[in-house]
Amino acid sequence: MANTAHAHRIHPLEGRIAGSAGVRITPAAPAARVSLRAGPSDVKALSKALGLDLPLAPKTTSGALPGRLAAWLGPDEWLIIDEGGDPLADLGKAKVLHSAVDVSHRNTAILLSGAGARATLEAGCPQNLTDAVFPVGAASRTVLGKIEVVIIRTGDEDYRVECWRSFSTYAFELLSVGARDCLA
Amino acid sequence: MSGANRIKGRGRLTPAKTVRFTFDGKALTALEGDTLAAALIANGIHLTGRSYKYHRPRGMLSAGPEEPNALIDIGRDAARRTPNVRASVQEVFDGMQARSQNRWPSLAFDVGAINNLASPLFAAGFYYKTFMWPKAAWKHLYEPIVRAAAGLGVSPKEADPDHYANHFVHCDVLVIGGGAAGLSAALAAAHAGASVILCDEQPETGGAFHHDADAKIDGVSGWDWAQAATAELRSMANVRVLTRTTAFGYQAQNHVALVERVTEHLANPDPALPRERLWQVRARQVVIATGAIERHMVFANNDRPGILLASAARTFLNHFGVAVGAKVGVYTACDSAWATAFDLKQAGVSVPAIVDVRPDLDPALLARAKELGIEVLAGQCVLDTSGTLRVKSMKVGRASGGSTRSIAIDALIMSAGWTPSVHMYSQSRGKVVWDEDSKRFLPGKHVQDCVSVGACNGVDDLADALEGAAEAGLAAAKAAGASGTKAWGAPGSAISASWAGSMMGAAGGAGAETSVKAFVDFQNDVTAKDIRLAVREGMHSIEHVKRFTTNGMATDQGKTSNIHGLAIAAETLGKPLPQVGLTTFRAPYTPVTFGAIVNHARGSLFDPTRRTPMHGWEEAHGAVFEDVGQWKRAWYYPRPGEDMHQAVNRECRTVREVAGLFDASTLGKIEVVGPDAAAFLNLLYTNSWDKLEPGRCKYGIMLREDGFIYDDGVVGRMAEDRFHVTTTTGGAPRVLSHMEDYLQTEFPHLKVWLTSTSEQWAVIAVQGPKAREIIAPLVEGIDLSNEAMPHMSVREGRICGVPTRLFRMSFTGEAGYEVNVPADHGDAVWKALWAQAEPLGACAYGTETMHVLRAEKGYIIVGQDTDGTVTPDDAGLNWAVAKKKPDFVGIRGMKRPDLVAPGRKQLVGLLTRDPSVVLEEGAQIVANPNQPVPMTMIGHVTSSYWTENCGRSIAMALVADGRALKGKTLYVPMPDRTIEVEVTDTVFIDKEGVRLHG
Amino acid sequence: MLLIHCPYCQEERPELEFRNMGEAHIERPKNIADISDEAFEAFFFIRSNPKGVTHERWRHVHGCARFFNAVRDTVSDRFVATYKSGEPRLEVERGEDGELLVKGARS
Repeated sequence: MANTAHAHRIHPLEGRIAGSAGVRITPAAPAARVSLRAGPSDVKALSKALGLDLPLAPKTTSGALPGRLAAWLGPDEWLIIDEGGDPLADLGKAKVLHSAVDVSHRNTAILLSGAGARATLEAGCPQNLTDAVFPVGAASRTVLGKIEVVIIRTGDEDYRVECWRSFSTYAFELLSVGARDCLA
Repeated sequence: MSGANRIKGRGRLTPAKTVRFTFDGKALTALEGDTLAAALIANGIHLTGRSYKYHRPRGMLSAGPEEPNALIDIGRDAARRTPNVRASVQEVFDGMQARSQNRWPSLAFDVGAINNLASPLFAAGFYYKTFMWPKAAWKHLYEPIVRAAAGLGVSPKEADPDHYANHFVHCDVLVIGGGAAGLSAALAAAHAGASVILCDEQPETGGAFHHDADAKIDGVSGWDWAQAATAELRSMANVRVLTRTTAFGYQAQNHVALVERVTEHLANPDPALPRERLWQVRARQVVIATGAIERHMVFANNDRPGILLASAARTFLNHFGVAVGAKVGVYTACDSAWATAFDLKQAGVSVPAIVDVRPDLDPALLARAKELGIEVLAGQCVLDTSGTLRVKSMKVGRASGGSTRSIAIDALIMSAGWTPSVHMYSQSRGKVVWDEDSKRFLPGKHVQDCVSVGACNGVDDLADALEGAAEAGLAAAKAAGASGTKAWGAPGSAISASWAGSMMGAAGGAGAETSVKAFVDFQNDVTAKDIRLAVREGMHSIEHVKRFTTNGMATDQGKTSNIHGLAIAAETLGKPLPQVGLTTFRAPYTPVTFGAIVNHARGSLFDPTRRTPMHGWEEAHGAVFEDVGQWKRAWYYPRPGEDMHQAVNRECRTVREVAGLFDASTLGKIEVVGPDAAAFLNLLYTNSWDKLEPGRCKYGIMLREDGFIYDDGVVGRMAEDRFHVTTTTGGAPRVLSHMEDYLQTEFPHLKVWLTSTSEQWAVIAVQGPKAREIIAPLVEGIDLSNEAMPHMSVREGRICGVPTRLFRMSFTGEAGYEVNVPADHGDAVWKALWAQAEPLGACAYGTETMHVLRAEKGYIIVGQDTDGTVTPDDAGLNWAVAKKKPDFVGIRGMKRPDLVAPGRKQLVGLLTRDPSVVLEEGAQIVANPNQPVPMTMIGHVTSSYWTENCGRSIAMALVADGRALKGKTLYVPMPDRTIEVEVTDTVFIDKEGVRLHG
Repeated sequence: MLLIHCPYCQEERPELEFRNMGEAHIERPKNIADISDEAFEAFFFIRSNPKGVTHERWRHVHGCARFFNAVRDTVSDRFVATYKSGEPRLEVERGEDGELLVKGARS
């Protein structure tokens, strides 16, 4: 039983960087992710296990990165992102009915930062991202060009775009192209 | 000098700022800010093109977007060339190459002009009547000729080197049009705190002030007021002002598409800038302030170069400082042309006469004409004009007859009044209503959250327009939820030129039954006579008249011609005009480039390209890729000197003799979790899942409700309440949607959740006699012996130190594994496995080898051997349909009479009599090759390969009652020969399946 | 592009996030294995495809991923209302102005 090779994690966007005068576009650090599904009566116990209050209102998040963040994706669905801990193990302690599926490697994320970050997203995202309806802390599954993404507004001029790994090159290129005109 | 017709001291351009351009190769000079139309006229050029049908010489009609004639090919270089650009819209930039179109060999001498002489042949409906018979002639004779002769302009062959941007934007109030009304509405809305977008198609705001130099607002010129208002708007953080930006499409729920021409006017555009921007605006409220468009007069030979709209002549003079001629005649039914005449006269241009069809004229206008020494011919008509390449004279007289007189001119300006621009309103699905008092169509009830203001709403008085628009802007802001308190008051005083007077249809001189050409629609060469003919031939609906005559159907979409055409049709029908009705305005308002519409979605962004985590290794090892949906999959790995055939033969042999590594990451995967997981799968698959123990897996078939095979795949049970479902590569999204549909809407009582894990796992298939030898050194915590881990089992453990779900399964018929590892580890684990495999003589294999190997075993591929009309029984998969389950999706559908009737096509194997012949997939099969054509086709080939392992070709086919035909001979007729085949079962290698357990 | 009100996300979202999933309120028979050919035909093949008021299923596939029901006027292409799947069929009526409203909503 020779442990001849020890695999290390390779980010699908490793080494990429892009942007413009208005926005910086970088791949996010590797993270643990869980797709969490549960009914409303079990939210309390799961929140306790995770150490944060699972958000119950549409398009909201709780917690913050680095650390642990939970985004409402649907009435019984959350995306948990964690940059240090093991949310899957924590959820394993909750004895209530739920589905926790490891999607750490299914998704990857791209970070946008700068005055033109929103306009960069608007190159491909039809959803209303203006302050009044998409404030800091908002999160939503939506479309970006021809792919599905989850957009999380992490700061005034900061967004995290989660997408499936094989779509990440498309997402990165579309955002890079959008960045060129983000100060229009 | 920027043209002989430039008048010193006139216009708003800077005389020192000159630019050079060419027109049909001739070098010319213009001023910065000139439109091409202005620059050409400044240089004495009116002739810019030939008309579409008759090839008649044509010049500029307008100074705006309504231009039907002056369509020019504009280029920077070979690849940056745009045909059909309106000279009245395109700004001249230094180095611009402009070319006329639709003429050969030259603009002044055009062979196609023979059509003009032959024009009796080209009457309305010509195309419908002429190219009817014989039918075959259409394809081989008429269509090629029509296609060669038709069409305006030629598109470049080179790839477009520029890029185009898209912006989805949301605002409270969108104001379309930056004239007086639009600016007033925008200021009111912006001061009320609304987020505002104001767009205008021209380079500067100001609208009608481009021509109306007499207008005054609060004591300053209308133009200066507009520029100050725009500067104020630009200074506000909640306002975006977009010039050179056309609102071209008004869609549902206030989704308005704008196109901004960003670099079209620049000599040396910054390559970082997009050439055009598509703005997809979603506005809570829309204010439509699109103004009005002047109509021409319809009279004999009203299309000669040098004959143009009065407002256009006034714009050329007052904005560009260009006189349209030295002796300018005036033919009008509207006061606004008089203002042009006065301005021209004051600028030193000779105005021999104003011909006004109205007998009774405003005494103030008459007095002013007298003062300036301009002759007025009231109640008279221009009966005809002369001049081939430029108008030379006008024949003047009374429509009723009597003496006529010829007046020498070199330009003729005309006005039949103004048509409110209801295009945006109409596109928003509002219905126009006829206003009997002002004799025009105006917006009626607005059906979206929008309002029309100013001239497009029939408001002629400037002060009223400003005030009404300000009220509308404020109301829109409030309706959008703006809560600002700062009020903006509309200007206290405003005066402008009179726009009173109008006529519709043919003027005197375009006599009813003469053969004269009095053009209604310049671009389509539709005359008053054509419209009368259309009505006489039975086209009583205006929509029919439009299509029969093509009136209003060209790139200008009838901006100047629709009302005239309607009036002539109404007169001929003897009906009041509103009863005949107006044709529908549709998007786009003006032509839009494909570049703007496509914007980012080109090249690598046309469609996502999906790559697996091992793609880099595969590429480095010479893989040839095939597209499977959006995925790039390694197809085969040719070694130096090998073609595809040789590579696949080697890979097929190696997998059966040694082993092979295959990237199966693209398979769809769904995690099914919950106490009712097995119950749910029982309903979604034909198989029964109750007895499948954790750690075991099973091949499952999924049907649609109609009983046909929808997808298949191996399902592993990870725990009592957790399944690892796999789907086909192409089926992944639709299978999840199919499952979610049933779970959410038919079986919501089940406690189970579905999560896509397709991309969580990289999947490496290790197949062949040495598969275990390859993986064993890298695996921890799993007993790989046959006894502990038999065929169709799954274990969790570690490989190369990372977690794995290790499946023992096979799509090759060999003993093998599918190693699932978290995707970011896929590349490293593949490399580690390769390091084990290569010294043993194993190979990496691609999808082609995978296809051959599975066909050798008779394993079907859903979508290749099935086509959406194949039942499990047709495919020979009845063994996978549970007999005792009370319900599953498709249980009833598959029992429908036609699905259980004899004679259905069944999946069988085929062996060609000549083993070296490989059948074509899709080829049809017959029982008797000697029957007359059309033959009775009893089936078709679904899969066909050369297999090195069998030393011959093999095939699968769907054949009517095929299973009963085993051993029989059938025939595959091909164009060059008929191929004899024997029907067999579908397993060609290892019929007992012993290799799986090796 | 339409805006569609998702009853789960509780706001209007762009049409690109949604998929139309066919006619609503067609329930799969509980005893489907035993129904007649005619009953299966009626359940599986026959759809009303009306001009005017239609009840249809949508899925907020690129949003909350939920299926829901909608009442839409196929003539004006306007949504009258959307509601969660499982809720009873929403009845609508046409007012004097020709606009559709949920029954009883006019007061």
